[in-house]
Amino acid sequence: MSDSAPDRFRSDPTQVETDTRDARISGTDDRFNSKLRQAFGASPFILTKFDQFMNWVRGSSMFMLQFGIACCSIEMMHTYAVKHDLDRFGAGVPRASPRQADVIIVPGTIVSKFAPRMKRVYDQMPEPKFVVGMGSCTISGGPFQEGYNVVKGAEEVIPVDIHVPGCPPRPEALIYGVAKLQERIATGESSPVVVKPYELEEFGDLDRDEVVDQLAEEIDEDDLVMRYNWADSP
Amino acid sequence: MSLEEPGPDADAAAVARAADEMEALVGEHVRSRDDHLNAPGYVVRPDAVQDVLGTLREEANLDHLSCVTAQEYEDRYESIYHLKSYDDPTHEASVVVPTPKDDPRSESAAPVFRTADWHEREAYDLVGVEYEDHPDLRRILLPETWQGHPLSLDYDQERPQIVPLREHANPLEDDQEGDEGETMYLNIGPHHPATHGVLHLKTTLDGEQVIDVDPDIGYLHRCEEQLCQKSTYRYQIMPYPDRWDYISAGLLNEWAYARAIEDMADIEVPEYAQVIRTMGAELCRIAAHMLAVGTFALDVYGDFTAIFMYAVRDREKVQNILEDLTGQRLMFNYFRLGGVVWDLPDPREEFFESIRDFLDHLPGSLEEYHDLISANEILQVRTVDTGVLPPEVAKSYGATGPVARGSGVDYDLRRDDPYGYYDELDWDVVTEDGMDNYSRLLVRLREVEESAKIIEQCVDLLEDWPTDDRTIQSNVPRTIRPDDDTEVYRAVEAAKGELGIYMRSDGTEQPARFKIRSPCFSNLQTLPEMSNGEYIPDLVASLGSLDIVLGEVDR
Repeated sequence: MSDSAPDRFRSDPTQVETDTRDARISGTDDRFNSKLRQAFGASPFILTKFDQFMNWVRGSSMFMLQFGIACCSIEMMHTYAVKHDLDRFGAGVPRASPRQADVIIVPGTIVSKFAPRMKRVYDQMPEPKFVVGMGSCTISGGPFQEGYNVVKGAEEVIPVDIHVPGCPPRPEALIYGVAKLQERIATGESSPVVVKPYELEEFGDLDRDEVVDQLAEEIDEDDLVMRYNWADSP
Repeated sequence: MSLEEPGPDADAAAVARAADEMEALVGEHVRSRDDHLNAPGYVVRPDAVQDVLGTLREEANLDHLSCVTAQEYEDRYESIYHLKSYDDPTHEASVVVPTPKDDPRSESAAPVFRTADWHEREAYDLVGVEYEDHPDLRRILLPETWQGHPLSLDYDQERPQIVPLREHANPLEDDQEGDEGETMYLNIGPHHPATHGVLHLKTTLDGEQVIDVDPDIGYLHRCEEQLCQKSTYRYQIMPYPDRWDYISAGLLNEWAYARAIEDMADIEVPEYAQVIRTMGAELCRIAAHMLAVGTFALDVYGDFTAIFMYAVRDREKVQNILEDLTGQRLMFNYFRLGGVVWDLPDPREEFFESIRDFLDHLPGSLEEYHDLISANEILQVRTVDTGVLPPEVAKSYGATGPVARGSGVDYDLRRDDPYGYYDELDWDVVTEDGMDNYSRLLVRLREVEESAKIIEQCVDLLEDWPTDDRTIQSNVPRTIRPDDDTEVYRAVEAAKGELGIYMRSDGTEQPARFKIRSPCFSNLQTLPEMSNGEYIPDLVASLGSLDIVLGEVDR
C-alpha cells in the first residue's frame, strides 16, 4: 500500500473509525443492522448441527433435471422462463444429465414403454435426490387412467416427495410445490415410500406364469424387465 | 353463407360424377361401394391394394395418402386408405380393404406411398392386421414384447405385460469388415434435451455423419383413441384433443373433433361462434409457432438463450388472452358441438383492447426474432441447405403443414378445404421454396404474421357484431346418436399440419372407432430422409425444424 493512499484498513480496533459502529451498537442509527446481525447479537458465530446446515444448503440450491414428458413440461418450461422464473427460489437451473441433478420433476403421463427408462434415469441421479410429481397423471394416471398402456401414477415406479395436482398445474402451483419441497428439505423431512413400486428385475427372476412362458423365447434370462400387473393397479 | 355456394345439388352431382369416374379407373378391382360422408369408398380385394392405390395416384391425381385406419368388426377386419389430392383436398376417396377374421392379411401400400410404412405398422400394432410385402412390419407404439392388439375386440386389458429394458445394438455391425468403415451406434433419447419430449432416435454414425437413423416412438402412447372410443360424443371427448398437441394448440385440435362430429351429426354452427373459433384458433397457432421457433433456436444455439425467453414472453401474452377467453392457460376445453362454451369475456372492450395491444407489439417482436435468428449468420450456416426435403419426397410421406409449405408444397386446409370463417377473411398461405431447415423456420415466422392478420379481422368483426345476434351455440340435443355405420374423415389445419379424425358410429352415443391422423406422425417419418448422410448437428436441427410434439406422434 502506498503511503499517499489513506490507510483505511487498520486492524487496531481503537484506531478504526467508529462513527457507524458506535451508531449501530448504541442504537441511535439502525440502518446497518441486518436481520442476521439482530439475530446473532454481537457474536459473529453461529452454532448449528452440521446436518441442519447441510439441509439448509440443499434446500437453498437445487439443480433440476431437464426432463420433459408430456403436456406438463410446457408449463414447466414456462415456470423456468421469464415471468415465473423458478430460479428466483434457488431452484431453476435445469441440468441435462441426471448425474448433475438433485430434483426430478416428473411432468406428464408415464406409459409402459417409458417407465423402465424413467426408473433408469432416476437411478442415475446421485443421492440425496428428490422427486416432484407434476400433474394428475403422476398422481393416478389422470385423464388417461383407463388406458391400456398407462402407468397409474409415478409412485408405481419411483418414490415421490411432492405431488402438484392439476391438468396441467399452473406455473404458480409448481413453484409452490417446489417451495414446499425446499421447506421440507431444509427441515430435514424425508418422505417414506408408500407404494410398492414396479421394479426392474432380471427376466430369469420372475415367477413362471403364462406370460413369462410366452415371452421366454423373445427375452434373455438376464435382460432387465419391468412387469406390469394391470389388474392390481390402484 | 349458403348464398355464395353454387347450390348443394350441383355440388353433389359433380361429386357423384367424379366418384364414378374414379370407379371406372379401378373398376375391375372394386367389389362394392361403401361411401363415407366425406368421400366415395371403394371396397377392394386384399391383394389389389397396390394396383388400386397406384392407379388412383397416377390417373386420378390422388397423391396424398392422408391416413390409414384399421378396425375390427364382428365379422371382419378392415383397413381404410384415406386418399386426397395435394392440389385439391376436397377431391377425396377411401379405399376399403376388408380381410377375414381368421386370416387378417392384406397387401401393403408401402411400395406406392412411403408414408404407409408407419401407418400400417401402427395398424398392425393396435388392431392386428398384417400387411404382406411390408418392408418392416413390427410394433411401433407399444413395446415389442406386448401381448395382444389393444384395439381388437377381444383384448383383455387386465392381463399382465412385461417390458424389457435392453441395450440397443448397432444394426450395421454385421456389415462391417475389419477396421475399415467402423460405425458407432448412438442412442438419442428417450430422455434427451434435443428430442422435444420422449422421442428415441436409434442413430448409427460413421464419424460425424449419420448413416442410419430410426425414430423409435411410443414413449408417450396414452391410448387416446381407446379413451375417445369409451367417451360420449356430446361432452366427454372434447377435453382429450387439447392433450394431443399440447403446445397451446388446443383449440386447433378441438376444431378437428368438432368439425368431424358436426359433419357426422349434421350440426350447424352459428356464424358468431365461427368467428370466435377462428380467432381463438389463430391465437393458438401463434403460441404454438412461438414455441417451435424458440425451441428450434434452443436446439441450434445451445442452452436457454435469449430467443427462448423471448418466445416464452410472447407466449405468455397469448396465453393471457386465451385464459381470458377460455378460463385456462393450456387445456382450454372451449369448443362445444355447435359452437363454443361461452361468449367473450366482459367487459368486451377491455378484451379487444388486450388483443389489439398484443397485435400492435407483434411486428416489433417479430423484428426482434428476425434480427436474432433468421438474420443471424451462425444460424444461417447451420440451417440453410441442411435437412433438405424435396417436395416430391414430402408428398410421398404425407407431410403437411409448415414442413410441406417449407418445401414449396402449396397446401393449407384453411384455404383449400375451407371451414370456420377463413374463406371470408383476407389472408395468404405462406410457402417457401428452400426445402431446408431455414425455410421451415421462415414459414413459421411468416405464418405468425398471417395469423395476426386473421385475428385482427376477427376482432373488427366481433366489435361490430350486433348485440341481438350473438348466438354462441346452436341447439344441440343432449345425447347424440348418429345413424348406425356412418363413417366420416375430416381434417383441419392444425399448427403442425393436417389433423384428421376418422369416426365410425354404431348407433350408440360413443364412437365405434375413433382414429386420429396426426400431422407430426407423418412429418416425423421424413426425418431419416433429411438426415441420412448429414452431420449429427444437422440431424438435431432437422428434428427441431420438424417441430414434432410427442403427444401427437404417439397419441
